[in-house]
Amino acid sequence: MGRYIRKRIVMMFFLLIGMTFIVFASLYLAPGDPAEIAAGPSATVEEVERMRVYLGLDRPFFVQYFTYLTNLFKGDLGTSLITRQPIRDELAVRLPNTLNLAVASMIFASAIGIPLGIIAAINKDSWIDNTLTTLSLAGISIPNFWLGSILIITFCVQLGWFPTGGMDAPFWTAHGFKQAVLPALSLGMQVAAGFTRIGRSSMLEVMQSDYIRTARSKGVAENRVIWIHALRNALIPIITQMGTSFGGLLGGAIVTEQVFAVNGIGSYLMNAISQRNYYAVQSTVLVIAFMFVVVNLIVDLLYSVIDPRIRYE
Amino acid sequence: MEMDKVLDVQNLHAVFRINKKEYEVLHDISFSVRRNETVCIVGESGCGKSVTTLCVMGLLPKNGRVTSGSIRLDNTELTGLSQKAIRKFRGSKMGMIFQEPMTALNPLLTVGYQMRENLILHRGVDRKKANEMAVEYLTKVGIANPEQRLKQFPFQLSGGLRQRVLIAMVLSAQPDLLIADEPTTALDVTIQKQVLALLNHLKKEMNAGIMFITHDLGVVAEIADRIVVLYAGRKVEEGTVEQIFRNPLHPYTVGLINAVPDVEKEEFVIQPIPGMFPNITEEIPGCRFNPRCPHAAECALCSKEAPKMTEAEPGHFAACHLITAGGAQHD
Repeated sequence: MGRYIRKRIVMMFFLLIGMTFIVFASLYLAPGDPAEIAAGPSATVEEVERMRVYLGLDRPFFVQYFTYLTNLFKGDLGTSLITRQPIRDELAVRLPNTLNLAVASMIFASAIGIPLGIIAAINKDSWIDNTLTTLSLAGISIPNFWLGSILIITFCVQLGWFPTGGMDAPFWTAHGFKQAVLPALSLGMQVAAGFTRIGRSSMLEVMQSDYIRTARSKGVAENRVIWIHALRNALIPIITQMGTSFGGLLGGAIVTEQVFAVNGIGSYLMNAISQRNYYAVQSTVLVIAFMFVVVNLIVDLLYSVIDPRIRYE
Repeated sequence: MEMDKVLDVQNLHAVFRINKKEYEVLHDISFSVRRNETVCIVGESGCGKSVTTLCVMGLLPKNGRVTSGSIRLDNTELTGLSQKAIRKFRGSKMGMIFQEPMTALNPLLTVGYQMRENLILHRGVDRKKANEMAVEYLTKVGIANPEQRLKQFPFQLSGGLRQRVLIAMVLSAQPDLLIADEPTTALDVTIQKQVLALLNHLKKEMNAGIMFITHDLGVVAEIADRIVVLYAGRKVEEGTVEQIFRNPLHPYTVGLINAVPDVEKEEFVIQPIPGMFPNITEEIPGCRFNPRCPHAAECALCSKEAPKMTEAEPGHFAACHLITAGGAQHD
């Protein structure tokens, strides 16, 4: 088990190095000139050239990349071309908000999506199943920015139950909960619907399996068959889905944070892109990739908790 | 004698619904299993062997149902019982061993958990006592290091060991009837022998009846007391193991026995039964076997009228027009 984790961490390290290269290279190839942005709109040609030398942009690609890598190892994510502040500090302020939103959405999606999938499976082909399958199809198809706007109009503007936006406290506090409900709902809806669908199909498959027949032939009560014998087996593909949907949540957060005025790394990235703040884009993408990789490592560890076949390998 | 019957199936009919149409999969099946007796149900894939076991266990899939007939377990009628009511008999009165030991145990629960679950449920013992009993039963089926095995997961055991675990688990509830659906098919030959010997031994020790499903006549010769031959959802012949092997009456049974290659013969040829096993949706008038039967051409009745079950010698029944002329009518 310890060996497995070590192996995964080493692999994760190389994955992230590869990631830095892709991010760096794609911004290097992207049209536009960071020196021009940094020097400002009124700068002369000489000033832009001086800025280029100052930023090291006149050096060969690989020299620039290795400088960037060594800086990364020192914990330096670069300086914002617009604010001249360290990007690390700017992200550090915003990251907790995004994580808060993503985790709240994931909890909402799991708490609603997985049980509904299981309920649909054990009531296969009944009206309950048909309703849930239709609803989950709707849930997957609704774009989250649209859902967000509708939620704001209904619950904030007309009913006044929740604040229209902002996020300055974690979701487990009363104040933070009120702020997180609507963004988590709009961001988590697609993921929840995805869980319902995969939960249903995975549960149906497990209920067909030989060991479920064995359990039934032993005279085990149907509730026990479902919750003890079937559920854990059905969770394995759902957990895989959790890992990949977390990436989707981080991607969706870029839009949702805009809609709900959350000061997170999603809206930061959005601004950085529109301002052509190259280094900020680079570092934010890298941070998102890093979180995605870490979450998937956690998912792999979760597998081994559930599945002894992985634990004993 | 009647009290001896652990399982008594009479005139069982069952159907499966496929695309909103019902097809008969079992037609008028009758047989019984006594204590300390192994009854083998023999036939090709699709003949209704497994469906018969599922009818008895009350585990038919949702699209299947018993339409008429009676299934009596220890003189209790099982047909018509609700799922909840029949569940009380599963495990405790009738236990079932399945064909695929590799997938029949839950991969995420330890052997010990799955064994204890059965013991706690049917023997009313606590966890600690259940553990002791599990060790005892694993020893009984010939598993070394039972304490250690209990802590293991199914994937850590070989197929033969898993089948032994399943047998131990089923027996630990002390059922009166053991239903074994091709329990040795997935095992290699040496392990097969061991498992059969084990079942034979345990049957005597527990004084239980065994309903054994197989298509392997070698296995039948080794374990059966009586044989019921099914073809396309109908019983075609029934008798003791000696009667069937010495004097098979139904052409289908003859075909089955001839299809087993005999290594001692000079020429080593396999003699398959000609033709294909009929599809469930096919309607065959008369004897269901007539399209494949070598004698049907000489017989005018075979393709018109279904043959009646006839007792050819005491305890030896067959449903075939060829013998109806010579034997006494059964029912």
